[in-house]
Amino acid sequence: MQRRGALALATLLRGAVQSAGAAPAWARPFSATAAAASVAGPRLFNKLLVANRGEIAVRVMRTAKRLGIPTVAIYSTADAAAVHARFADEAVCVGPPASTASYLNIDAILEAVQKTGADAVHPGYGFLSENPVFAKAVEAAGATWVGPPTFAIEKMGDKVESKKFAAAATVNTIPGWAGVTENADHAIEVARDIGFPVMIKASAGGGGKGMRIAWNEKELREGYELATQEAASAFGDSRMLIEKFIEQPRHIEIQVLGDKHGNVVYFPERECSIQRRNQKVIEEAPSPLVTPEMRRAMGEQAVALCKAVGYHSAGTVEFLANPQRQFFFLEMNTRLQVEHPITEAITGQDLVEHMLRVAAGERLGVTQDQLLHFSGWAMECRVYAEDPARGFLPSIGRLLHYREPRGPGVRCDSGVQEGSEISMHYDPMISKLVAHGPDRAGALAGMRSALDSYVICGVQHNAPLLRSVLDVPQFVSGSVSTAFLAQHYPTPEASAPERLTLGERQRDQLLALAAMLWVGRERRLRGGGPLQGEMELVLTLEGQQVPLTVRPAEPRMMGSAGTAGSTGSSGGTAAGQGLEVQLPHRIMYVRDAGGSTAQLVRAEVDGAPLSLQVLSAGPRQYKLQHCGAQRTVQVDTPVSAQLQQYMPPPQVEDFAKVIRSPMPGTLVSIGVLPGQHVNPGDEVAVVEAMKMRNSLRADLEGVVASVEAAAGSVVGADQVIVRFQ
Amino acid sequence: MAPIPDDLPPYASNPKWEQVEAAKAAAQLGGGPQRIAKQHEKGKLTARERLQVLFDPGSFREAGALVQHRCNDFGMEKQQIYGDGVVTGSGTVYGRPVFAFSQDFTVFGGSLSESHAAKICRLMDRAVAAGAPVVGLNDSGGARIQEGVMSLAGYAEVFQRNVDASGVIPQLSLVMGPCAGGAVYSPALTDFTFMVRHSSYMFLTGPDVVRSVTREEVTQEELGGAGTHTTKSGVAHGAFDNELDALAGMRELLSYLPLSNRDPLPRIPCSDPPDRLCPFLDYVVPANELQAYDMLGVIQQVVDDGQVFEISKDYAKNIITGFARLNGRTVGVVANQPAVLAGCLDIDASVKGARFVRFCDSFNIPLITFVDVPGFLPGTAQEYGGIIRHGAKLLYAYAEATVPKLTVITRKAYGGAYDVMSSKHLRADVNLCWPTGQIAVMGSKGAVEILFRGDPDQKAREAEYEAAFNNPFQAAKVGYIDDVILPRMTRKRLCAEMETLGTKEVWRPDRKHGNMPL
Repeated sequence: MQRRGALALATLLRGAVQSAGAAPAWARPFSATAAAASVAGPRLFNKLLVANRGEIAVRVMRTAKRLGIPTVAIYSTADAAAVHARFADEAVCVGPPASTASYLNIDAILEAVQKTGADAVHPGYGFLSENPVFAKAVEAAGATWVGPPTFAIEKMGDKVESKKFAAAATVNTIPGWAGVTENADHAIEVARDIGFPVMIKASAGGGGKGMRIAWNEKELREGYELATQEAASAFGDSRMLIEKFIEQPRHIEIQVLGDKHGNVVYFPERECSIQRRNQKVIEEAPSPLVTPEMRRAMGEQAVALCKAVGYHSAGTVEFLANPQRQFFFLEMNTRLQVEHPITEAITGQDLVEHMLRVAAGERLGVTQDQLLHFSGWAMECRVYAEDPARGFLPSIGRLLHYREPRGPGVRCDSGVQEGSEISMHYDPMISKLVAHGPDRAGALAGMRSALDSYVICGVQHNAPLLRSVLDVPQFVSGSVSTAFLAQHYPTPEASAPERLTLGERQRDQLLALAAMLWVGRERRLRGGGPLQGEMELVLTLEGQQVPLTVRPAEPRMMGSAGTAGSTGSSGGTAAGQGLEVQLPHRIMYVRDAGGSTAQLVRAEVDGAPLSLQVLSAGPRQYKLQHCGAQRTVQVDTPVSAQLQQYMPPPQVEDFAKVIRSPMPGTLVSIGVLPGQHVNPGDEVAVVEAMKMRNSLRADLEGVVASVEAAAGSVVGADQVIVRFQ
Repeated sequence: MAPIPDDLPPYASNPKWEQVEAAKAAAQLGGGPQRIAKQHEKGKLTARERLQVLFDPGSFREAGALVQHRCNDFGMEKQQIYGDGVVTGSGTVYGRPVFAFSQDFTVFGGSLSESHAAKICRLMDRAVAAGAPVVGLNDSGGARIQEGVMSLAGYAEVFQRNVDASGVIPQLSLVMGPCAGGAVYSPALTDFTFMVRHSSYMFLTGPDVVRSVTREEVTQEELGGAGTHTTKSGVAHGAFDNELDALAGMRELLSYLPLSNRDPLPRIPCSDPPDRLCPFLDYVVPANELQAYDMLGVIQQVVDDGQVFEISKDYAKNIITGFARLNGRTVGVVANQPAVLAGCLDIDASVKGARFVRFCDSFNIPLITFVDVPGFLPGTAQEYGGIIRHGAKLLYAYAEATVPKLTVITRKAYGGAYDVMSSKHLRADVNLCWPTGQIAVMGSKGAVEILFRGDPDQKAREAEYEAAFNNPFQAAKVGYIDDVILPRMTRKRLCAEMETLGTKEVWRPDRKHGNMPL
C-alpha cells in the first residue's frame, strides 16, 4: 500500500514537471564540456544500462542522451524517488537499500539487463566498476561492457601484480619490496635496505585502512602487527606491502584512454593532493607542480603501462610526486574517476562519450597532440553531506533548500534536487562542483563564487570548509601536499564553520551586508520605499561592538549601477537601493544586486558581485555565512547597544553533564545505570549509524542521573542519551 | 561671523520654566541613580530605557510625566516622585502608532496607586479611541498598600478597560519583573503575554504563602517564572533570554498585527515569489504512516521567507500556532504537529488553538490550517480534565471565525478532530489535500476491529479499508475537499486563493454574544 502510494506520487510529480514545461536543473546540458553535439550515423548502442546511482549515473546518462542512446537506471527501494531513477528513460528496482543486495547484486542487475534489453552496461565508479566477475558476466550475457578488459581490471586491481607490471614497463616505482612481506622481521630487513621512513600497507587495501608510516624499527614492528590485524578484519587479507615513504607527497594522476585497436593516449595530469583520510576532496587540472617535461614523462610511462596490460577504455594511473618533481607509480584505477570532469573542462573532451565509442569498437577520436593543447585551468570540489566539526561523520537528511551555483565555467554534477534525501545507505557525496577559468587564478575565483552561492540546507556539509581552503595562502600559491588538510585544520573544531577564519576585509564585507539586510528589513516592515537620511547602527560580531552609519549612496559611487540585478525569471528580490556603509576604518558601498532569496543574498560590494548566505534571521540577529565562515551578527540601534552591557550572559547548558548522540542512528547499547559512578573515558553508550558503531564516552568523572533513551531505540542528532548529576 | 545658534534657551532666566525643567529632570531619574543601578545589576532596564528600545528611535512622546499620587496616609505625602511609578505615552513601531505603559520598579517598587492606575486607564482610553495597540511593560511589586482600596479600585479600572478593549485593539503584555497577586489579571486579560527568563515572575500567591498554606517548597522561578508559564501553565506566550531580545520580539509581533479591528490587514513588500514551488514538501510525509515529521518545517517552506513567529511555542507542542506572511500579508497559522504526541488534540492543544483562532478572527487575520491529526488524545486524564469541553472551544472558535479560512490536509484527518480542524463543514473557504491525505472516521486497524469483529482475515479487511479511505478521494467526491494538490504547489495555491478571498464577507444574526464553552 505504501509502495503504491509512493508510485502514485511519483506519477503526479512527473506530470507536474511536464505541465510546468520548464527543463529541470539536471536536464540542462553541460556548460563546461564542449564535446561535439552532433550525433551522426547509427546509434552506438540500442540501450545503455547504468549500473550505478547518484551523480555518476546521471552524468553517464546525460552523455548517452546526447548521443541518442536510451538509458536504463537501476535503483534500490531507498532510491525510488532518487534523481537518477527518474532521469533515465527506464528504471528497474534491483533490491532493498543495502548496496550488497542492490547495487552490488550482480544477478539482479543482469536480470535488469535482460529484461530491458540493454546491449551495453556502464558501471560508473565504485560499486561493481572494478569487479572482473561482473564485467565478465555482462559480456557473457551478450551486452557490451563499457570499461577496460577484465585482464587489466584483475591485474591492476592487485597492488602487488600492478607493481610488477609497472616495473616491467619501466614505470618509476617507489623503492620497496616488489612483493608481499613475510613477517615483521622481513619488513625490517627490507626497510634497512631502502631506508626509513617506510610505509606499510595492506595488499588488498584502500581508503587508508591497514596503512602505517614508520620512522624507525620499533615503530615498524608495532605498526606491522596493527596494520596486519586491521587489514585482516577490513579486507580478509592480511598480506602486507612495504615501500619507501615519500615525504611531502603530492598526488598527481594521469588520465589515459585506449581503444580496442592498440591505441592509447594520455591526458594532462590532475592533482588531487587535498585529501582527508586518503579521500580526495579538491582536485585540479593541470597541476601547479608539473612542467611540460614532467607531464610528458608521466604520460609516456602511463601509456607504457596501459600497453603492457592491453588496456582500453578510460583509466587513471596514479603517481606520488615529491617537491623535487620525482614521481612514483602508486596504482592504476581501471574505471572512470570521480574527478574526470576537470580533465573534460580543460580538454573539451567527453570521457564518457569516448568510453562508449571505444566500447563500440571505434578507434580513438582524439590525438595525443590535441590533448596536450589544453585550455585554461579547472578545479573540482567534492561536496559531501558530512560534519567536519565531528570528524567528518556523514550527515543524513533531506535537502530543505538546495540551489546549485550557475554561471559561465561552472559545472555541478549532482544526483540530487531540493527535497532529495541523503540516506545512510550510500556514499554521502552531494555533488562535484567544477570551475573552469583561463588560468589558475580564474578557476580559483570561479570556484570561490560558486561555493559562496551554493545553497545546501537540511544536512551538514563540507562546502564551508572547502571554501575556506581556497583562501589558505599555501593553497593559493599551489604549494600543497596530501597532508594539507591535517596541517591546516588539525582538529575537528578547526574545521567547524563557526571557527573558519575570516580576513579583515571579509569581516567588513560581512558587517556591511548585515547592515544592508537589517536596513532592508526595516524598510520593508515600514511598508517599503528607500532609506531616507542616515541610520546609525551598532553591530556585534565575535563579541565586539562595531558602530556604523548607513545612508543612501550617491549613484556615481555604486560603480556598475544600473547594470547589475538582471537575474531573469528566477524570482527573488529586485535590485536594491545603493547604500553607503561607514565602518570605523572604511566606507563600503553595498546593494542587493537582485535575485536574492531568503537563504542567499546576491549583493554588490564596492562594485563587485558577492554572495552571502543567510542561515537564520531573527529580529535582532542574523546567522550568516561569508566565504565559508559562519558568524552570528547582532544588529542594534545605538540605544539598545548601549544597554547591552546590562544584559545577563546567556545561560548555556553544561555539555559536559550530558552525553548526546553525535548523529541520527540506532542506540545499540547503554553501558550505565542511573546512580552508577563513571570515570573519564568509560563507555556510556554505543550508537550505530551509517554502518559505523560510535562509542560514546564520559568526558568527566561523575554519577549518572538519568538514562533518557532505551537501547534499540532510534536517536536523533544531539539527542540527550545520558545525563550526569 | 558665525550665525547665532538656534538652540539657545528661550530666557536667560525664567523661574517658571526652570521649575518645570527641574521637575521633568527629576521624573527622568525615577527612583534615583542608586535604584537605577540596582535595577541594572539585576539585568533589568529602567522603565524609560525599555520604552526607548520598544519604540522607533526618538518617536516616544510621554504623557503624565508630572503626575503624583494623592495619598496622605503613612507619611506618603512626604514621598513624592514624578510619574508615580509608571511611564505612559505613545510612539511608533516600524512607523506605525503604538501606545505603551511601562511600570517603574525604581519608584515605590512600581506599586500601583490610584494615580498610577489612572495614567494607565487614560492611555488605554486614548488607544481605543485612536485604534492603536497597547503594550504594557509590567514590573511592579503589586498594590500600593498605603492606598488601600484605592489601589484595588485602580486594578479593576484597568481590568475593565482590558475587557472593553479586547477585540478592538491588540493588547500585549511584557512581564519584565514581578507581577503578583491581582496584578496578574491585567496581562492575563490581554491578547499575548511575553516574559523574560530568570527575571520575571507571575503568580497569584508567592512562595512564602504557598509554603505556609500547602507546605510546598517552591522557588519563584519554579512557581511563576518564564519557563513555568511558557511550558506548563500556558499563561505566557513567549519567553526571551533578556529584555532586549524580549522588546525586539514585541516589535516583531507588532509588525504582524493590524492596529485595530477596523484597520486593514498589514501588507509589506514581499520578495519571496508567491508562485515559488516547494519540492521538499513532495517528500516530507514519510511512506510509513507511523513515522513522524516536523510540521513546522512544512510551514516554513510555505510562508514568506520561511519566517514564522510562533505563539506559545513551548506549550502544547502538539499544535503549532503562529503568525507568518503569505505574499506580504499577515496570516495566522494553526497546525497539528505529528512530531509531538502524534499531533493528537488534547486539552492544552485545544485551548491554545482556540485562543489563537479567536484572536485572528477578532482582528481579521486569515487562518491557514495544516492538518495531520489522528484524533483526540484518549485517557482518563483527558476525560476527567474535560477534553469534551475544551475540545469544544476549538470547534467553537473555528465555527465562529468569519475570516478567510484555508485548510491543507497533509496526512491524517480522523474522526471528530477532522471536523474540528477547519473542515469544510465549519465553513472553511478552501480545503486542500495532499495525495498522502487520509480522511476517515478512524485508522484502519480500529475500524476493522469494529466493522469485521471476528473476521479471520483482519489484515485483508484492513487493506480493503485502507484502499477505500487512505486517500482523499472519498472526501473529494462529495466536495468536502476542493482539490488534491501536489505538496510542492501548496504555497502557490494558498497565495492565489488568498488574493480572491480578500473581499470575503459573512453576515451573522445579531446577538449580544455567543456562549462558548468556557
